[in-house]
Amino acid sequence: MGKTLYQKVWDAHTVGTLSDGRTQLFIGTHLIHEVTSPQAFGMIRDLGLQVKYPHRTFATVDHIVPTVDQDAPADPLAAEMMDALRRNADDFGVTYFDLGSGKQGIVHVVGPEQGITQPGTTIACGDSHTATHGAFGAIAFGIGTTQVRDVLATQTIAMESLKVRLIKVDGPLKPGVYAKDVALDIIRRLGANGGIGYAYEYGGSTFDNFSMEERMTVCNMSIEGGARCGYVNPDEKTFAFLKGRPYAPGEDEWDAAIERWQSFASDPDADYDDLIEIDAADIEPTVTWGISPDQGISISETIPDPAEAGSEALRASYREALDYMQLPGGTPIKGVKIDVAFIGSCTNGRLRDFREAARFLKGHRVAPGVKAIAVPGSQITAVQCEQEGLDRIFEEAGFEWRAAGCSMCLAMNPDKLVGDQVCASSSNRNFKGRQGSPIGRTLLMSPVMVCAAAVKGEVADAREVFEVDGSDSAVA
Amino acid sequence: MALDKITSITGTAVHLPGADIDTDRIIPARYLKCVTFDDLADKHFHDVRYDPEGNATGHPLDDPRFKGASIMLSGPNFGCGSSREHAPQAIYRSGFRAIIAESFAEIFFGNSTTLGMPCLSASREDIDALGAVIGNAPATEVTIDLEAMEVTCGETRFAITMPGSARHALTAGRWDPIQELLDNEGQITAAGEALPYV
Repeated sequence: MGKTLYQKVWDAHTVGTLSDGRTQLFIGTHLIHEVTSPQAFGMIRDLGLQVKYPHRTFATVDHIVPTVDQDAPADPLAAEMMDALRRNADDFGVTYFDLGSGKQGIVHVVGPEQGITQPGTTIACGDSHTATHGAFGAIAFGIGTTQVRDVLATQTIAMESLKVRLIKVDGPLKPGVYAKDVALDIIRRLGANGGIGYAYEYGGSTFDNFSMEERMTVCNMSIEGGARCGYVNPDEKTFAFLKGRPYAPGEDEWDAAIERWQSFASDPDADYDDLIEIDAADIEPTVTWGISPDQGISISETIPDPAEAGSEALRASYREALDYMQLPGGTPIKGVKIDVAFIGSCTNGRLRDFREAARFLKGHRVAPGVKAIAVPGSQITAVQCEQEGLDRIFEEAGFEWRAAGCSMCLAMNPDKLVGDQVCASSSNRNFKGRQGSPIGRTLLMSPVMVCAAAVKGEVADAREVFEVDGSDSAVA
Repeated sequence: MALDKITSITGTAVHLPGADIDTDRIIPARYLKCVTFDDLADKHFHDVRYDPEGNATGHPLDDPRFKGASIMLSGPNFGCGSSREHAPQAIYRSGFRAIIAESFAEIFFGNSTTLGMPCLSASREDIDALGAVIGNAPATEVTIDLEAMEVTCGETRFAITMPGSARHALTAGRWDPIQELLDNEGQITAAGEALPYV
């Protein structure tokens, strides 16, 4: 019986078995940021410990960075956090992609961009969206701050092995349907807790044909379905993406690296704990209507009516969501008015996301009264977009073109919803209060659907707004 | 580093029904602007306990009958979403010592275990029944026995579950693994040397 990539990477990184039965797992790459690391550095200082592998630890600042003027922290607390990261990186010899480096950005955009993210590796970060790096065939997962301490001090964590579920999506996506819709569709099918105890392996021809960016979008949202990590087997696209990047293996090591990376791919006869098969043709542009990422429907459906829920528990959960969202059950999602449009985040803040959005947005105007912001995922992404003139397309359409950061995905910087504003958002979470206002409302969708909503001032079908007929589809 | 052996927890309880209670709800992101966890006490569930004007909403956590509760009851997928350890830290620093829910998100579960705050799973029926008991008599003491793996509260008694590794770590006083991780220095170095990219 063959092995999955998950099993191979796990085995290669097992240090030993701890007294409680958990595995002591070696973490090859540790990514850190300003929000979840200062306490961990405080703990290792208190214990008199050092960072064990500083050259395998990479830091950047993303969550609290202002996107209008990156160098002007919003308040003394934000400044203190940025200073703490700078000092910790300096004191412990950790590579730090600071604001002035030209390489700063959302940690899950920076890792791949720098070629730090590689197949067959383990990657941990004090951030639940670390699964993003699984797109490269890495086993990557979020950890808490005490575990950040453990990785800093020992380069290992105590962890229980996961089961592996193969999610196979086959066939071409319909025009106007994107990787984001695949992610939202999977979460809708399996539930926000469907992935507890599992690593997700994404496969099938749809994933084979996806770009690395599209694979990252789906892996990124594994955690929204309860799966701590998700991955795609490495292939020629993975290698082509990494070639020549600063931290990727050089020319003289390249062939050996590819051979090693390929050896980690799941064997054809690998044994999976579960299998889910999805026909790509069944996936529609998807929008969330509630307060959990599994509360999503296709653009042509109506918002669920609690009266028709199958159980009392489901009815209560629908009611809670609809009360918060101030939306009536049984009515179309299409036409729901929006106040804010946000394109960015570690889910959809990469060059291809902006390129695809700009392709449709060009020549259109954001509806009066809608505040629209486009926030590149990294400084390098920003430059790439600007070199292609995408920033001008967004600005001419009425979007604000901002500097790199997490921004309105979690609103730890000044980019926040106000009151009960409704935001069409390319981010990953629609939790209560997620976008900075305790009563703010989030509708998750693809970047192109965000553009359609921005232009119409209400949730709209991008295929109608932009007359997508598939003849000119850049969906790869 | 000697840690307490956590074999049982006794205290009063409060019931927060609902599915998928996420860590943004447990601790809103603005409270993550800190370089220590020291100021998180009583910030737990802030934005559902107070309206935007700061008026109390009448949340169970602020009901005087449940004041001093050290056991939290909830529904499925508790602690989903962000990996922020600030969430279990805020709950712990507000006086809670255990959570009983239908199921837990993994990162939250791990963070809580490492703090020495056990997360126990039970059926919806059992949690609702216990919720009804404490709703009628909030001063009733609840006992969680990690050796027998059961909960007792007056006449109510039911089984709880938890992965064996976490149970062992808690009852053996090894819930913070740092010392054991550090002790394996030699094996760590060998594992690192066997990985070409490290």
